[in-house]
Amino acid sequence: MSNAPISPLSHTEMQEIVRSDIQSGVGKKIPHESASRHVTGEAIYIDDRLEFANQLHIYPILSDVAHGTIEKLELDECTQADGVEAVYTEADIPGESDIGPVLPGDPLMADKTVEYIGQVIAIVAARSFEQAQQAAALAKITIAPLPAILDVKEAHQKQHYVMEPHSHNIGDAKQALKDAPHTLKGELNIGGQEHFYLETQICTTIPTEEGGMQVYTSSQHPSEVQKLVAQVINVPLHKVVVDMRRMGGGFGGKETQAAQPACLAALVSHLTAKPCKMRLPRELDMRMTGKRHPFVVLYHVGFNQQGQLLGLKLDLLADCGYSPDLSGSIVDRAMFHSDNAYYLGNASITGYRCKTHRASNTAYRGFGGPQGMVAIEEIIEQISGYLKIDPLTVRKRNYYQKEQRNLTHYGQVVEGNLLDEMTQQLEESAQYQQRKQEIAAFNQQDSHLKKGIAFTPVKFGISFTATFLNQGGALIHIYTDGSIHLNHGGTEMGQGLHTKVAQIVAEEFQVDVDRVLVSATNTDKVPNTSPTAASSGTDINGKAAQNAARTIKQRLLAFAVQHYNVALGEIQFVNNHVKLGTKIISFTELIQQAYFGQISLSSTGFYRTPKIFYDRDKACGTPFYYYSFGMSCSEVIIDTLTGEYKVLRADILHDVGDSLNPRIDIGQVEGGFLQGLGWLTMEELVWNDTGKLMTSNPMSYKIPAMTDTPNDFRVKLVENRQNPEDTVYHSKAVGEPPFMLAISVWCALKNAVASIDNYQSPVTLNAPATPEAVMWAAQHMQEIHDARSMGNTNSKGAQ
Amino acid sequence: MIEFLLHNEKITLTDIDPNTTVLQFLRVHKKLTGTKEGCASGDCGACTICLVELDENNQLRYKTVNACITLVSALQGKQLISIEALKQSQLHSSQQAMVDNDGSQCGFCTPGFVMSLFGLQKNHDHFNRHQTHQALAGNLCRCTGYRAIENAAKQMFEQPIVDHFDPLEESIQQQLAQINLNTQRDSAMLALNDNYCHLPNDSDTLAHLLINNPQSTLIAGGTDLSLAITQHNTRFSQLIALSNVKELHQYTISDHQIEIGAALSLTKCQKIFQQTIPEFAALLDRFASLQIRNQGSIGGNIANASPIGDTPPALIALGASLILRRGDSRRSVKVEDFFVDYRKTVLESSEFIEKILIPIPTQPYLFKIYKVSKRLDDDISALSAACLLSLENEKVTKICLAFGGMAAIAKRAYHTEKALENQHWGLAAVKSAQPALEQDFTPLSDFRASSQYRMQVAKNVLHKLLIETPQVTDKSDELTAKTRISDYV
Repeated sequence: MSNAPISPLSHTEMQEIVRSDIQSGVGKKIPHESASRHVTGEAIYIDDRLEFANQLHIYPILSDVAHGTIEKLELDECTQADGVEAVYTEADIPGESDIGPVLPGDPLMADKTVEYIGQVIAIVAARSFEQAQQAAALAKITIAPLPAILDVKEAHQKQHYVMEPHSHNIGDAKQALKDAPHTLKGELNIGGQEHFYLETQICTTIPTEEGGMQVYTSSQHPSEVQKLVAQVINVPLHKVVVDMRRMGGGFGGKETQAAQPACLAALVSHLTAKPCKMRLPRELDMRMTGKRHPFVVLYHVGFNQQGQLLGLKLDLLADCGYSPDLSGSIVDRAMFHSDNAYYLGNASITGYRCKTHRASNTAYRGFGGPQGMVAIEEIIEQISGYLKIDPLTVRKRNYYQKEQRNLTHYGQVVEGNLLDEMTQQLEESAQYQQRKQEIAAFNQQDSHLKKGIAFTPVKFGISFTATFLNQGGALIHIYTDGSIHLNHGGTEMGQGLHTKVAQIVAEEFQVDVDRVLVSATNTDKVPNTSPTAASSGTDINGKAAQNAARTIKQRLLAFAVQHYNVALGEIQFVNNHVKLGTKIISFTELIQQAYFGQISLSSTGFYRTPKIFYDRDKACGTPFYYYSFGMSCSEVIIDTLTGEYKVLRADILHDVGDSLNPRIDIGQVEGGFLQGLGWLTMEELVWNDTGKLMTSNPMSYKIPAMTDTPNDFRVKLVENRQNPEDTVYHSKAVGEPPFMLAISVWCALKNAVASIDNYQSPVTLNAPATPEAVMWAAQHMQEIHDARSMGNTNSKGAQ
Repeated sequence: MIEFLLHNEKITLTDIDPNTTVLQFLRVHKKLTGTKEGCASGDCGACTICLVELDENNQLRYKTVNACITLVSALQGKQLISIEALKQSQLHSSQQAMVDNDGSQCGFCTPGFVMSLFGLQKNHDHFNRHQTHQALAGNLCRCTGYRAIENAAKQMFEQPIVDHFDPLEESIQQQLAQINLNTQRDSAMLALNDNYCHLPNDSDTLAHLLINNPQSTLIAGGTDLSLAITQHNTRFSQLIALSNVKELHQYTISDHQIEIGAALSLTKCQKIFQQTIPEFAALLDRFASLQIRNQGSIGGNIANASPIGDTPPALIALGASLILRRGDSRRSVKVEDFFVDYRKTVLESSEFIEKILIPIPTQPYLFKIYKVSKRLDDDISALSAACLLSLENEKVTKICLAFGGMAAIAKRAYHTEKALENQHWGLAAVKSAQPALEQDFTPLSDFRASSQYRMQVAKNVLHKLLIETPQVTDKSDELTAKTRISDYV
């Protein structure tokens, strides 16, 4: 092996260098590792990969009936169409035909029964995408319809569930409700949400020797794709290699939903021995894949005159679609977050996993947490409206406290509580009280425009609630030129995970991050990985990478002590160099010497999250390693005549512990907020009476665009509050929690509506609060107000 | 054969299916995969490219379009710039600004944003928030929340980097002029197997082509027609592209009337309206996205006869008419009489819209257009309304009130107009006229809105019209200056 040139710097020059730190380690504001390739179009996504001359393309044949029995499949015309290589159905699957991630129920292709419009019945593989598409249109399928359940409440009444109900109980909710001076009952509908990752589901597969498969997927969970592909084509896992460089957005939508196109492509490659690609056009992606779960919330709450919660009975009815998918954990997380930041006292919370004949709903940023939090925020708002107390005051009175009133309804004590101090800080910086008065004054004017303001907290539990998933792996090689190759089990979907993990490794070796290359997540580099989900990517994989780096660093230190004859305490890694007593050498030189010294320059790293456990049978434990906190204050204006609205200003204070990279973290906070804003305002999923999704493309389903960003958007990270737990450099997870900051927008819309009746009546506004929903709420409030004015006039007249 | 420049290279295309989109041409034929497909329906902007063309003064004009719904015939005589061309020895200022401001996360939408920023920079010389929103409203990002991208736009103007396109402009001008000369001799045409696309140069040729090929499909911008190809897998065998028909791109403005060639892009129409009917220009800010307006034509928006097209209610309220041509004969039809039923018009076989004649309202009048949709940017109306109102001594002397989204076609609310005529313009008149809308319309429920909402907002529009009538209300400055949510953007 040849030697790379050793640093030509003089000792004096090196002395100068080691006076300063590296520029790109932990906590430094560096850009996303791919930013300069994103902007040039050089970043490669799966559809950009060079195609093989004999590559096949898949187009699926879908059910157009929500529930029914397949009576007849006539596919001959498809088979004979131009360019068609093969048409496959369930009968052609050599191995397992169910790709359910946790529980069975997700057939790769429907066998006898179809359970939603958009379910795959067969696939066409042709030499071009267009040929496959044209051939698929020739299929003739006869389906005898069966009764379809398309309403979550109907499913609940019929106990039509994908899994058994599950409850969290603390204290005696029943008695508390009986004893409470005030009680309220209510219902709230919360809509689902299409992920709308910009890159639709896609996979390419290449058959390899001995019946194996090379898989290029856009997935948050390469290990699961590996497992399911292996099961479908009936080979051991070691014959399937999954490579995942980057996703064009994931948001939970590629945690389980990427597996189907991957398995179908692998099936075709396996049966034809040809490379294959399956890319879903946008409309098919929106019809075939699951979304955020719509919920119906039924509550009965007891409280005192101060607005403090005394007893709560909460039923969460989740629309899971036709199969379990991840609904077990998703509804659990909704239940875990039905307290948000509030001490519930006596509570009984039950999650129902209702089965409807729709696409199977799935993971989406927050994973049920947002729905649980909207539920409790609705309750808080109703109490505020009922007692005519400022909602923020009611919120503060119910916050978890530090020494008492700190036990959650699932038995975990809330530690590291930042609620009070963050609330105080944002309340001051956002001038909440002053603006509230200004807004009330604005609303006194005779106008069809009304303003609203709301301040809402976020407390979000970090860890997979399926405890075993809280493990991460990494692999580091250092080459003889001092360059570092890093792999870990997490996947890059734009969240900057690779940037952060590279910074962590750079920090460990005190080298600059451009020396560290994170390449594609690959199942033959790091095996048995967990999905990049639950905001855990950096927590578990960053720690694993840190452990791998430390293993190598220990070897380097031991080698240096011996080779350079210096004491351990005299060795210091500084700014791409190593101080050895008075001597300074470059990092590269140390690596080269270590190589000649026959030191292993490669190591794996592993991490499992400590402390956490959860006994689901008892519904009790410490499922979360720690909590993340956030505060937001939003101001909106509504047009009461049309229901249109605009977010004028949003102030956010968010807790990421010690930030690994403030630029990346701010991006997560802003992006999460706007995605949450979309969910709660304009993003509306509409199905027709037959169960067909009518909002199945971006013409009909609207995600926020540039103008929907708050006019005045002030986002700050909490400073000087490191994570008290031993997370990687005391940082905190950031992926999901900011999504729920947008609840303040929904509450501000309600506040604007409430102004119509001078804040005298509570407002019910389902989510999403579309312009239509806001207009009806405003009109309803106007009627209440008019009736009240009339009543006042009449009573005055009587006097 | 068509000729165009791909970056700086001259391309001659002959054997290509005219149903091919520019996106397919780039990604599949040229293996230039920087331009992404996000939706194939012109809604997300991930495929944004820049087309450069010569304007009437032979100057280069840069316009961003959606490659996914632009057919290759549209490239004739233009320069196509895709993301691959921007970076030279260093990043282009639009790219550097996106890196410096964290404008990308997953990166999939990013090339499209960069191209929109590039187009913005080529059309403006300083940062303006409204122009930035206009340029980027047709680009969706699901990751960033957009603030970073808006900041990138700012930096791009404040820290320009020398652009390698500028020094080449003269050469590009010459090459495009030469291509245009070539095609003036022989009009361009594309054909593969049994699929043809003709690109006539003038209205006479077009008229005769249509007489001889009555089954042909006309394509102007193609921003709606292309959806049949990309979403419904249709293949057109006989297309006639209007992009080179010079008369259809001309316009004249007189004191009383605007005459617009039917294939004039909505962007150019907007410029005309800015000087003549500003309210109409303001509506076009919310007409789809800049990419669509750059490519889509006003005639197309009329001819496709969608009940939710944005321009027909405004044109009806203004009393606009159309010149229809068939062979050598022409007739004039009022826009309000043009629509027959859902997606049906009075156009006969081989007939086409040649011109749109729009009377410029004379003072004193009130002309207002309302568009209500779930999203402010680039959305299809739940309903829209346009009203031309004349008042004398606070009395309604004349009113023309047209709605979109309330029926199978855009149409006038005759009963409501009648209920308002000769009334004292005030809340009482509005209240008594509102029920007449129920005689005029029975709107449908769909995923955009319920029938009840459409009807209620239609009624409320009358109220808004009153609120927006100068000097009728006695309100604070903010309230009279800002009456709509779009005023608070």
